[in-house]
Amino acid sequence: MIVVEHLTKRFGRVTAVDDLSFQVRPGLVTGFLGPNGAGKSTTMRMILGLDRPTAGRITVNGRRFVDQAAPLHEIGSLLEARAVHPGRSARNHLLALAATTGVPTRRVDEVLDIVGLTSVARQRAGAFSLGMGQRLGIAGALLADPEVVMLDEPANGLDPEGIVWIRELLQGLAREGRTVFVSSHLISEMALTAEHLVIVGRGRLIADLPVSELTGTSDRVTVRSPRAGDLAALLIDRGITVTSVSTDQLEVTGLPVEEIGRRAFDGGIMLHTLTPHSISLEQAFIDLTHDSVQYAPTEVSTRTVAA
Amino acid sequence: MSSILSDELAAVDAPGPADGPAPRPSVLALTFRGILRAEWIKLRTVRSTRMTCFAALVAVIGLGALAAAVSAGDITAPEGPRHAGGFGSATDPTAISLSGVLLAQLIVAVIGVLAVTNEYGTGMIRAYFAAVPTRLPLLWAKAIVVAVVVTAGSLIAAVVAFLVGQSVLGSGVDLGDPGVVRAVLGAALYLGVISVLGVAVGALLRHTAGSVAVLFATLLIIPQLLVAILPGDWSTAITPYLPSNAGSALMTVSGSDTLLAPAAGAAVLAGWVGLLLVGAAWRMRTTDA
Ligand SMILES: Nc1ncnc2c1ncn2[C@@H]1O[C@H](COP(=O)(O)OP(=O)(O)OP(=O)(O)O)[C@@H](O)[C@H]1O
Ligand SMILES: [Mg+2]
Repeated sequence: MIVVEHLTKRFGRVTAVDDLSFQVRPGLVTGFLGPNGAGKSTTMRMILGLDRPTAGRITVNGRRFVDQAAPLHEIGSLLEARAVHPGRSARNHLLALAATTGVPTRRVDEVLDIVGLTSVARQRAGAFSLGMGQRLGIAGALLADPEVVMLDEPANGLDPEGIVWIRELLQGLAREGRTVFVSSHLISEMALTAEHLVIVGRGRLIADLPVSELTGTSDRVTVRSPRAGDLAALLIDRGITVTSVSTDQLEVTGLPVEEIGRRAFDGGIMLHTLTPHSISLEQAFIDLTHDSVQYAPTEVSTRTVAA
Repeated sequence: MSSILSDELAAVDAPGPADGPAPRPSVLALTFRGILRAEWIKLRTVRSTRMTCFAALVAVIGLGALAAAVSAGDITAPEGPRHAGGFGSATDPTAISLSGVLLAQLIVAVIGVLAVTNEYGTGMIRAYFAAVPTRLPLLWAKAIVVAVVVTAGSLIAAVVAFLVGQSVLGSGVDLGDPGVVRAVLGAALYLGVISVLGVAVGALLRHTAGSVAVLFATLLIIPQLLVAILPGDWSTAITPYLPSNAGSALMTVSGSDTLLAPAAGAAVLAGWVGLLLVGAAWRMRTTDA
């Protein structure tokens, strides 16, 4: 469990993270999404105590991170792939990290096996490909059997097979009741991996919602009817937008097709077309993050509460 | 058990496994002993450590023997002052045999610097800060491990250099003579201290090239420069307190009026390293990694 409250980080005049609050719960994969420079890495660095917050509070499993008896056991993390001395072998790299917290050698060999690096464990890490470096970083994150697993863009540099592998790994960890927090700027990948999303833009929280809602809320429906005007009157309601495209055509957002069809039937209105356009996840994501740039801060936080 | 992670690991504060014959949980906790072990593993598993340690040994023994040979008249010295700004005096046989320290100090300074800057350069330091969020134990452990390794290696090198040097010189001085053991130990301690100075400067600057440049300047260039530009009495008042000259005081048997007494030299060295370590600790604690 990670609890972030009113977190702010300024670098000089740049506000990288701006009054950000969210929780990452155990038992599911939470995706941390946002465009480049949104403040994802900075937030993760603050969770680990690497950057000092300008304001705000973070607890990991109920305690401040510096107060943990075995920090590596509370949070296993990967922030930078290939953060390894190029001349040291993968196994020695992990042995040294393991030693700090008393993780036995047997466990080092176990995580090497989990990430599939056993055969190259004694080779210089400098010779590793980007994907192998990423796997070594993940091995380091799993080393001390952590309650929370936090990975910054773990899919970077992995081949398609590797991406499927990490997806299954993360979901498996969540099933074991662990807290899994993974950043990405690829919504399509996150939609397959995560159950819950925390979306940020320009350091602010844009949305904190289950993946299913992100797809649900973005549906737009095209309706054609000879009595389009009468139909519009039946559909219009709070939170529903009805746009008249031509005399016999409407664009409706905020209502599922089934409901539109039912209301038309109840009103005795004949329909010629009823077409849902499920906006792609990418589009939903772009719309959301695009909004954050345009909306004033107060409106952004209203949206947040609504979501 | 089909858990992705180990069922056998448990932190001190975690409840034991609820079911089944519990495997003996190995207790996970961050300890200073563990951090020391980690630093020792890191130091010995890169080739640059082995190479620099070997180079330091060769420097102490080889240059010591060479200086002894020059002094004994077996080899003709080039024109010019033989020990300008360096260690030892032309007349102290012990100091002559230990003059390889002049070069070795630069090598051990680099060992100390690299132990820190390599980790900043690769980003590995951040993985360690995540494991040791209070950070400073990492600095202390690094300083201790580097100091122990360098001092131990230097002691062996200094004893060998002394024995070889005296036999080349035919001086008749041996380890039992007054002040000799202190000088040989002093050489080893001095190199240990300089390696810690390397750790401290590395942690202050976080970059290899800058740290190495600062240390070279401090150990080699500044002492000579001060002698050259300061009025004579200023120079005699200030230069003995420079780290390299304080180290010289430890290694010379027949004292000299340009050097401090051995105990004072040791105190001055301790002061330098203490000051820089405090600075390094402050920077490590307060600056974002
Ligand atoms: N050390 C620093 N000094 C100054 N500015 C910084 C620093 N670190 C981050 N920033 C700024 O903070 C903002 C957020 O950066 P951050 O790396 O957290 O974004 P991100 O969401 O991880 O982006 P990406 O998807 O590209 O990884 C950026 O504008 C970045 O330029
Ligand atoms: Mg990032």
